[in-house]
Amino acid sequence: MSIEVLTATLASAGEQEPGGRLMLIEVCYIVASIFFIIGLKWMSSVERAQRGNVLSGIGMLIAVVATLMNSGMSYQWILIGLALGSIIGAWSALKVPMTSMPEFVGLYNGFGGLASLLVGVAEYVLNQPKWAAGAIVEGPAPIWFTSSAVYLTVLIGGVTFSGSMVAYCKLAEKLISGRPLLFKGQHLVNALILVVLILLGITFAVTPTAEYMLLVLAVTVALSLLLGVLITIPIGGADMPVVICLLNSYSGLAGAAAGFVILNPVLIIAGSLVGASGIILSVIMCKAMNRSFANVFFGGFGATSGAQASGAKGEAKAISPEDAYLVLEAANSVVFIPGYGMAVAQAQHVVRELGEVLEKNGADVRYAIHPVAGRMPGHMNVLLAEANVPYEALVEMDDINPLMETVDVAIIIGANDVVNPAAREDKSSPIYGMPIINADKARTVFVLKRSMASGFAGIENPLFYRENTRMIFGDAKATVQAIVSEFKAG
Amino acid sequence: MMEMMLLLFTFVLAIFLGLELISKVPSMLHTPLTSGSNAISGITIVAALVAAGTDIDHRLNTVLGVLAVTFATINVVGGYLVTNRMLAMFKSKEKNAQS
Repeated sequence: MSIEVLTATLASAGEQEPGGRLMLIEVCYIVASIFFIIGLKWMSSVERAQRGNVLSGIGMLIAVVATLMNSGMSYQWILIGLALGSIIGAWSALKVPMTSMPEFVGLYNGFGGLASLLVGVAEYVLNQPKWAAGAIVEGPAPIWFTSSAVYLTVLIGGVTFSGSMVAYCKLAEKLISGRPLLFKGQHLVNALILVVLILLGITFAVTPTAEYMLLVLAVTVALSLLLGVLITIPIGGADMPVVICLLNSYSGLAGAAAGFVILNPVLIIAGSLVGASGIILSVIMCKAMNRSFANVFFGGFGATSGAQASGAKGEAKAISPEDAYLVLEAANSVVFIPGYGMAVAQAQHVVRELGEVLEKNGADVRYAIHPVAGRMPGHMNVLLAEANVPYEALVEMDDINPLMETVDVAIIIGANDVVNPAAREDKSSPIYGMPIINADKARTVFVLKRSMASGFAGIENPLFYRENTRMIFGDAKATVQAIVSEFKAG
Repeated sequence: MMEMMLLLFTFVLAIFLGLELISKVPSMLHTPLTSGSNAISGITIVAALVAAGTDIDHRLNTVLGVLAVTFATINVVGGYLVTNRMLAMFKSKEKNAQS
């Protein structure tokens, strides 16, 4: 499909516009689309990612300016909205601490969904009189097409909005507990709501009478908000990355649906890029947990699994930070394996400090990061980068595992399930089959932990009882700090 | 009718393009990727502007449109700035030594 054909088709669609200006607007939209695509492409390398993000932002600016060039636009209200949104957006983005990043991404995503929902309703208000006038008005797209697109925009926007708000509350631990919440027959209720929504959508598209459409729209707004809450609330803790990705995908699809309403390709391209991105990331997250989509969404993991794996009990051997120092002092290669606990303890800065001392001591220091460690995809990488760990030292699971046997000391900080050897060995374990970082294969394993309590999913971890494992109990930050002081004193 | 089909065509192709592009992003950058693509999903701002700017005499429509513009702008501005902040932290060894 050539760009000229697309532009020409679109130009002919708005004959009321002066040709030249319309053409310019369309060219701007194409440039914006290209910037989005290149921006995402540059995200595949650390060196270029920041430039890619800037480019994508410029693309957005171009798209906005191009839209404002449409004739017949009245600016006074728009400018208020733009100014207000920019101030709130910029202020919150610059103020938010790095540790609250997951919930803020959820919050922004929710606002995007809400915007789509409002756009859908506004377009309904604008178009409804035309639809009610019947098929006499022959627009560039059939009535059923535009009304279905309006319906989808409202529906997906609503689910994105309420779902993201629940995710925000869970991640920020405000109002709602981070634990999964399930009630009896929840899946049945969800399925029922979905069926009702689909049927309503069909009748909405084919029945352009004002009273009926308004009623359906009101019911749809309510049901979509309810559905968003219901699908997010049973998911908790370690499964949050999947939900974040999926909600991100929805917000993109809502944007694409809005694009079908106003017949604008830039919305469709940008929206579907994001839609695809969210889907791919959710699949990656699910794979990293060895679980299917269905299992994440219908499982309510953690809530149901009180089941204990067969106890590979033994005696856990505890040592003091002073003894740990003696072992580390002699180590040639050290790998840190961080988990959500490191974020909770805010230990990333002292961890980096320990890493630096170890390097000065001649050790090779790396940070092995499991794809689902933390509460959003890649969470640990961001925290360590914030603490000034150079990105060369951040290693992915698949790259570190073959080298694990050559590692002298593996230090596990606030991670549990992602290093649980039961996933590899114990067929009866609920996490059997999940890819893990093979920390147990290192010569010595240090586990920094508050107590012997089991992890989020309540699964027993045989790693703690291994011959080569030493537990260092206490607050992770204080423990690491103590080891660093030992190094400095020695 | 033709236009509608072209747009559906664009939609399908863009989905495939997105799948290709994103599968090449290393897991190290998944957080900035999520927030960066979240900012892109704020593209709904274009539809919001159209809704807010046309037919300004229609009070309800304008109110909805302006609210949509506000929320979409928060999404866009907040999303890009947060992503930029995150990506600025990813430094190589040499850069770390300089700073």
